[in-house]
Formats: sequence, C-alpha cells, structure tokens
Amino acid sequence: MFGKLSLDAIPFSQPIPLVAAAVIGVLLLGVLAWITKKGHWPYLWHEWITSVDHKRIGVMYILLALVMLIRGFSDAILMRTQQAMAVNAPGYLPPEHYDQIFSAHGAIMIFFGAMPFVIGLMNFVVPLQLGVRDVAFPTLNSTSFWLTASGALLVNVSLVIGEFARTGWLPYAPLSEKVYSPGVGVDYYLWAIQISGIGTLMSGINLVTTILKVRAPGMSYLRMPMFCWTSLASNLLIVAAFPILTATLAMLTLDRYMGFHFFTNDAGGNPMLFVNLIWAWGHPEVYILVLPAFGVFSEVISTFSSKPLFGYRSMVAATLFITLVSFTVWLHHFFTMGAGANVNAAFGIATSIIAVGTGVKVYNWLFTMYGGKVRFTTPMLWSIAFMVTFVVGGMTGVLLAVPPADFMLHNSLFLVAHFHNVIIGGVLFGAFAGMTFWFPKAFGFRLHEGWGHVAFWLSLAGFLIVFTPMYWLGLEGMTRRLQHVNVAGWAPFLWIMLFGVGIMGLGVLAQIMQLLVSIRDRDQLRDETGDPWDGRSLEWATTSPPPSFNFAVLPDVRGEEAYWTIKQRAIEAQGLVEEPEYEPIEMPRNSATGVVTAFFASFTGFALIWEIWWLVGVGLLAAYGTFVWFAWRKEDEYEIPVEEVAAYDRERRKVRAAWLLREQGARAGEQPA
Amino acid sequence: MSGAAAQHRGGGQGGQGKGGDPYRLGHGGGHGHGEATGRGDGGPASKRITTGYGFWIFLLSDIIMFSGFFAAYAVLRGETAGGPGGAELFELPRVAIETGLLLLSSFTCGLGAVATERRNLAWTQIWLLVTGLLGFIFLVLEVQEFAQMIGEGAGPARSAFLSAFFALVGCHGLHVGVGILWCGTMMAQLWSRGFLPAIQRRLMCFNLFWHALDIIWVALFTIVYLMGAGR
Repeated sequence: MFGKLSLDAIPFSQPIPLVAAAVIGVLLLGVLAWITKKGHWPYLWHEWITSVDHKRIGVMYILLALVMLIRGFSDAILMRTQQAMAVNAPGYLPPEHYDQIFSAHGAIMIFFGAMPFVIGLMNFVVPLQLGVRDVAFPTLNSTSFWLTASGALLVNVSLVIGEFARTGWLPYAPLSEKVYSPGVGVDYYLWAIQISGIGTLMSGINLVTTILKVRAPGMSYLRMPMFCWTSLASNLLIVAAFPILTATLAMLTLDRYMGFHFFTNDAGGNPMLFVNLIWAWGHPEVYILVLPAFGVFSEVISTFSSKPLFGYRSMVAATLFITLVSFTVWLHHFFTMGAGANVNAAFGIATSIIAVGTGVKVYNWLFTMYGGKVRFTTPMLWSIAFMVTFVVGGMTGVLLAVPPADFMLHNSLFLVAHFHNVIIGGVLFGAFAGMTFWFPKAFGFRLHEGWGHVAFWLSLAGFLIVFTPMYWLGLEGMTRRLQHVNVAGWAPFLWIMLFGVGIMGLGVLAQIMQLLVSIRDRDQLRDETGDPWDGRSLEWATTSPPPSFNFAVLPDVRGEEAYWTIKQRAIEAQGLVEEPEYEPIEMPRNSATGVVTAFFASFTGFALIWEIWWLVGVGLLAAYGTFVWFAWRKEDEYEIPVEEVAAYDRERRKVRAAWLLREQGARAGEQPA
Repeated sequence: MSGAAAQHRGGGQGGQGKGGDPYRLGHGGGHGHGEATGRGDGGPASKRITTGYGFWIFLLSDIIMFSGFFAAYAVLRGETAGGPGGAELFELPRVAIETGLLLLSSFTCGLGAVATERRNLAWTQIWLLVTGLLGFIFLVLEVQEFAQMIGEGAGPARSAFLSAFFALVGCHGLHVGVGILWCGTMMAQLWSRGFLPAIQRRLMCFNLFWHALDIIWVALFTIVYLMGAGR
C-alpha cells in the first residue's frame, strides 16, 4: 500500500532535522492559522495562487527564492560550524548527516534559491520593459511557477521523511547508483529536480517567445533594454541546456529503478558519461544564472549614473558571445578525467576566451559610470561591490582554466571559494540589486535606504571574511566536503570563516529588518509618480504598482531608452502628449490549472520516490485530467471596460502632469538669472 | 494580444517613428522602421503566431533532449558486455514496416491539416483517426520487438548498449504514445466544440509534434537500426 514508506523513514535518531522541521512546521501552521483566522484565503486564492499575471507570478517566484535562500544559508551555518569544531575531533554532525547537508545546500541554493530569483525578476520586469501586457503564455507561466514550488516542497519533505542525497549537489555516478546509494536520498533529488526542471524549461520557452514575438510597437531588437537582452540569452540557454539535464537525470533514474547500465561500473556502463552530460548542462547553467544579473547591473548602473548604458551594442554582442561559448567549455569541470593534453588545452583556451566577453561588460559598466552623476543608492552599492568581487572571482576562474593549475586545485576549497565568489558576488548581489531597484514598482513604496546600506555592508564584509581564507585553505591543500579535518594549523582559518558566516547572518537579519521597517514606513516611502529613480525604460512609465493590464495604451517606442525619450519630449514640449483613444482591454482569466497540476505532480513525485505505484497512476491521471479540464473551459479572457481603462490612465496622467510642473520649476530654478 | 496590437493601430499612433535615436554615439539608427512584427515594429504578434512559435521552441528543446539519448547511445553502443549486439537483435523488415507506418501517418496528419484549413470537420476527424491508428500499430510493433528482445534475455539490464537502445527507442515510443493520447483528446474536443480558434491552434501544435516525431524517427532508424544492423 505505501511502497517503501514506513515509520522508520522519520529520522527519530537525529535531533537536528527533527527540531528544524518542527520549528518550520509550527511557523507554517501559525501562518496558515493566521490566514484562516483573518479570512485571507479567498484573497490569496483569487489574487495570487490562481493569478496568471506575470507580475504576481514574478513576486511569488522571488518569495520562494528568499525562503529557500534562508534554508540554504542555515545549511551553510551548520557546515561552517561543523568544520570549525571538527579539527582533530568528530564535531557534532555524523558523516552521513553532514553529507546530506552539503548536498542539500548546493542543490537548494542553485535550483530553488538562485533560479527562482532570476526567473522571478525576468517574469516581473521583461513584459513591463517590452511595453506589453503579459508574457506570451500566462497560464503556462503559472504552471511553471507551481511546478518549481512543487520541487522545492519535495526537497524539504526529505528533511523529515527519509533522507536527502549524500552525493553532492550533482549526483555523480557511480556514487549515486543504487549499489552505493541504496536509500531514497538520490530519488528525492532526481524527482524534485525533474519536476522543477519542467517548470524551468516551460518558463524559458515562455520568455523566449515573449521577447521575440510580444513587444510594443516600435520596440525593435536593438531598442530593447539590456535586461531584456540578457534575459533572452539566459532563456535561450534554458531551452538549449535544460533538456540535457532532463535526459541525464532520466538515465540515472532508469539505472536506479530498472537496472539499466548507463553509468554503472559493470556491464559496460560509463560513469564519466554522466559527468560529461551533467556539465554540458551545468556550465551553461551558471550563465543562465549570471546573465540576468548582468542585465540588472546594466539597468542599475545606467539609471543611477544618469547616463545611457555605454557601448550598448558591444554589450549585446558580448552577451550573445557568452551564450554561444558557454556550450564549449564544460570539460574544464573535470580536466583530471584524463582526456589528454590537447583536449584539455582546447577547453582551457575556450574557458579563458569566455572571460573576454565578461571583460567587455565590466569596462562598459565602468565607462557608464565615468562622467555620470552617480547616486550611491542601495542597488548601486550592490552593483559596485559586484564589479570588484566578480573581477576577483573571474580571475581565479581563469586561473582554474589552466589545466596544470587545475590538476593542483581540483576539488579543493580554492574551487569552492571561486564559485561562491562568482555566484554570490554575481548572481546574488545582482538579485538583491534588482529586488531593491524594482521593489517600488511591485509594491508602490521604496525599501528603506538606511537598512539597505546596513544589510549591504554586513553582507559584503561577511562574504569577504568567509571566502578570502577559503582561497588560502584551498591553496594549502584542503579539499572540499570534509566532515572533519586533521590539520591543526587550519583551525584559525576555519574559525575566521565561522565568524564571517555570523556577519553574513547579521546581513540576512538586516535585510529582514529592512523589509519590516519599509512596510511600517510605507507611507513615507510611497512612490507617487511610478518613476522613483528617474528611470530610463518603460517599466517606469506606468504606475507603481502597475494595473493588471500594465499599460492603458501600448507605448509607442521611438528609439533606445524608450521611457527616457518620452520623458525628455514631455519636458521639451512642456506637456504630456495628447490623450490617446482608449479601448477596452482583453486580459487572460485566472486559472487554477498551474496549482492543481503542481499539487498532483507533488504527489506523483513523492509516490515515485517511495515506489507507491498506485499513487503514481492516480497522480498522472489527475494531472492529465487537469489539462483536459483546462482545455475545455469556454472563456479564457475577460474584458476590462473602456471607462475603467480611461479612468485609470487619466489619474496617472494627472500625477505625471503635476510631476512635469515640478520638474520645470526645478529646471527654471537651476538657471542663472 | 492580437486585440492589443489591433487596438494600438486603431489608436492611430503606429510604430513607424521617424525620430531616430536620441543618442547617436555609436548606436546607429537604421532600424525601427516598417511594420514587420518580427522586429517588433508592428507590436505584439497574433496568438496563432506566438503559439506556433512557442511550440517550435518546445520542439527544438525536445530534440535536444533526444540528442542527449543519442549521445549516450553513441558512446555506449559498443559496450555489449559479452551480450548480443545490434547485428543479432535488429530485424530490419519489422523496422521497415514501422518506418512506413510512421511516414504514412505523417502524410495523413498533413491531410488532416488540409481538411482543417477547409473547415471540413468530418475529414479532419477521419484523418486524425487514421493518424492515431497508424501510430498505434507502430507502437504495437515496437512493444512486440521489445518483448521479444526481453524474452531472449536481451533486456535493458543486460548491457550498457541495450540500456542505451531501450532508453532511446523507448523515449521515442513514449512520445508516440503521448501523441496518440493527444490525438484522441483533440478528436473529442473537435467533436464537442468544433473549430474554435483555440482548438485550431492546438491542432496546429499537434501537427508540428507529430511531424517532429517523424524527424526523430528518421535519425533513430538510420543511426540505431541501419548503422547497427551491420555490426
């Protein structure tokens, strides 16, 4: 009846996951009880859970990412504490538990922290920047999100029911084969990643189609904001790389469930095939994450330097160059495989060349700032810190790209320091910059600057204190994923790193404080005009928060930096353009398809992990039924009446006209009498 | 979105801005003229275009997934671990019939699309039915082949070569199975709703899907069966 599942699956002997799960469970129940008591369920269901609005879905993605980042960070605290305590001592985490923690840390941070964060930003921003009303396939978008959430749920269920993989964030074969990992840990990994991977792929298809086919009139390719370009590149990479992950994990699944021999030691299986295939996805994946962050930095730096982005076309070229070359470097993850000097040299050179594209970008950002009127707001601070740390991380990457050096540094903490340097310094700083930058657009009020600065400085300091000693330990020969250490001389560094994690933790608290304080002071922080930063692209042309239809009339794009152009014209002409003719707007209806499908996908995944075959059948059948039910519905759009559109836009124009008057007053005041 | 585009044109401020770019520093201004949707000048494309376009991108990603299985097959096809190889196992006559069935089903699928263009419900249904039936016979032959091989002790667990073979061919078979389910669902939907625009778009996607399975089969037939039977 319940397959392999029994009461033994709950790890009563391990207090840490149980206590953690109990705390999370109590918190979750508390939130649910609060929602029920306040009667918020109808609101949540109609406005968020079944919403197909790209803005709402983007916000939910980011919310999921923030929760998962905290989960991954608590894993990091556990690991740092263990290593600091376990110098010639056992520490407090037994090996089988420690191995699960570092595997979960990596998998959660990449798949459920970083990915939802960048996808959420793209979802929220791209249609607004393109000047349109939604993505190409709104209901599919909702399904993508809920499938990602379903994957995240499965990973977290493994905390209390069963176990998680002990194989590292990529389940290298043959360690991940049934012989060496007989438990359900790897199965949790496989099904969680497959389910969320489908969501990611669909989201990639959706955004590629949106950017290439759904743009405001006049928004030709070379007029798109930089963030749209990097989003396009990132989503093209999703479409081209995620299927490889799906295929590879499917092969491992067949090995584990049906005795296939893709990656086994015996019967002709080839473990290195797994490593090759997984990195053919894995290397493009790092660019899937970092390219949108590059886009954020481009927008932030240009806006807060009050200048157009320097070298826009070279930036586009560099982005596409990185997109292509990212598929030709995967072997640098395992130079030690022994492919031979020539093969290693070719991949080493390709890896060094890819840094040229990034180099172009760094210079462009620097020259954008040069001669500009730079405002040091929180997003700008994250961007500047990114440029410094990312250059360091990039340089160590180029060092690792030299095969002889890599033979020395392979699998060491130097490598771990390198990729944290680029992923935290690149992706995460970019995500935080983007969140602070677009927060007022999403919610109608800015985040508190003071707390933003505190959070930034604490995070930056903590980050440097953790990862600078880590480089050194790597050069000293400390390998990664050690449950205990037997070199007494490393202890001071490990304690410094633990101290650094503490500072980062304060940074996390400061971010939470920033959010709370901003919500409390929202009336002082209100963004009245919809353009709080003197922005340059179309998302700032509408109100904050935008209406469900984004724009009353699709903007007419007449050049690069569409909104900046509109604004300058208004200032020159000393008035807004005349009122357009309003028309009713058709918008897609809400749909429960996404959440219902994901609900059944979660059960199917859980049943597959525990081999409860009847539940697998029920889950699949129900998911199919959901699609049919969706396909049969009669009306998929509703109409917003013209009066409502006109009333909204007239109100917006009134605010803009008032702003224009103030602006003219300020300009007149500046001029010498 | 088509409504939005039409609305914009109706609004009388089309995207043929002749103003050029405000910042000409190395940015050029040779675009943004004309009405082509592909370059964004005419506003958002119609639903039919975005749906077809999106589905094409999905098909490309699906083909990339197959390329993963093809790559694994290419690496592992010599690894028979002392077991039977392609020359002993593959029966080309059956594969030829399978190929014929699938190619014919693509043809009937195309005839169905022609009937849809003419809004001929009866013929659309008939051709969809024939397409699904041909697919079903294909699937029966494939299952028969698999059962026979497993019966001879040449199942997927026998060797890495057979693992790669069963996974690659089986993945295609799974797609055909999903295609048949889709075909049946579309027939039911046509029967109950007729040619709604949304249903026409879905039929177009189904057509693309079915033809893509054919393309994959051509690669599979060549690389697995023809190249494998000689070894």
